[in-house]
Amino acid sequence: MIFPISGTHIDPVYLIGVGFVVGVLGGFFGVGGSFLAGPALFAAGVPMNFVVGTDLAHIVGKSIVAARKHRMLGNVDLKLGGIMVVGTIAGVETGAQVIQWLKRTAHIDAAVGLTFVFILLGISGFMTWETIATLRARGNRKRERKAIETEHPSRRDHSAMAHIAHRIHGISLPPYISLPVSGIERVSLWAILAVAFVGGFFSGFLGGGAGYIRMPCLIYLLGIPTHIAVGTDLFEIIISASYGTVSHALKGNVDILIALVMHTGAAIGAQIGATATQFFGGPRIRMAFIPLPLIGAVMLIHGLLTGHPHK
Amino acid sequence: MDQEVKSSLISFCIEILIYAGLVLAYYFLVLHLLGDWLQRLFEHERKLYAVTALVLIICQGLILEVLTRLLLTFIKPRTEE
Repeated sequence: MIFPISGTHIDPVYLIGVGFVVGVLGGFFGVGGSFLAGPALFAAGVPMNFVVGTDLAHIVGKSIVAARKHRMLGNVDLKLGGIMVVGTIAGVETGAQVIQWLKRTAHIDAAVGLTFVFILLGISGFMTWETIATLRARGNRKRERKAIETEHPSRRDHSAMAHIAHRIHGISLPPYISLPVSGIERVSLWAILAVAFVGGFFSGFLGGGAGYIRMPCLIYLLGIPTHIAVGTDLFEIIISASYGTVSHALKGNVDILIALVMHTGAAIGAQIGATATQFFGGPRIRMAFIPLPLIGAVMLIHGLLTGHPHK
Repeated sequence: MDQEVKSSLISFCIEILIYAGLVLAYYFLVLHLLGDWLQRLFEHERKLYAVTALVLIICQGLILEVLTRLLLTFIKPRTEE
């Protein structure tokens, strides 16, 4: 089938299939899935500028479906998400400005690609260590075993790095706010804005929704329970990806017809992924998340070595 | 099979059928009827195209989600009986 805006010839079933896979990942992990959808579109013959913009447009639709599903499951902290919007937009704009500045230098692909690889490998390595430490600590706590077994899987959320979040909660920098949905009594507003800014910055700098950065930051830095981090992250992705979609559409980088077809598959996948989070505890979800940044890193390294960056 | 899992599987099958029907509708409505209009917007009215693109994807997301949720609330109680 011909998609006239980008002038590409793609089988719609392929687009629906790709959308379905990234939809499941997005619903389950709270990520946009651009590290998989981008290379898949590029492999189908979509020009690189359309890959980035079209992927963002489809992420908007998919994240709406998944975020609404998580909202129904009680996994979205709207107060936290609303506050984070400010930091996210500021971060997206700053990231995009850094890209504009780097465009004037010679090695933008290498600079962005290597930064991305370093961050993805770092996240994956850290989460591997943390999840194993958490699961071992839980296994050793025989006294708590009975209580753990009686908990619903979606409420089994413990972290070996909880002390980091406790320290951040103790930062004396007013104003302070409480987040009852996330079970946080007091945290500095600036800590939340800083986390949102970092997520937004990488969204603007590296493209996509940057859920692979924001989701771990919410868990380990702010101490948000994993399920609520996934749902709230999706809410933030809607904001950052919407902003990116308009920006790229103005520059002629969005084929909305491709995005609409992809989204039909992604919508099913997102519902399945979001529903599946009910059956897994927080550490299990984090453990399953670990290979995703690695896959993205391998794709990027391959692209950098062959001279055809995937993002 | 656990009753909850069975109910979820039935729900997913119904959702997939609904989405399959909607996908067919999109081929005719969006690709064939809106395709030329969107292409003209893309070439001549870039600002309007940007807004239309965002509105279309948001509306599609909301409609797909709301429609299936409404249908499932109507169907689910019967499957759970």
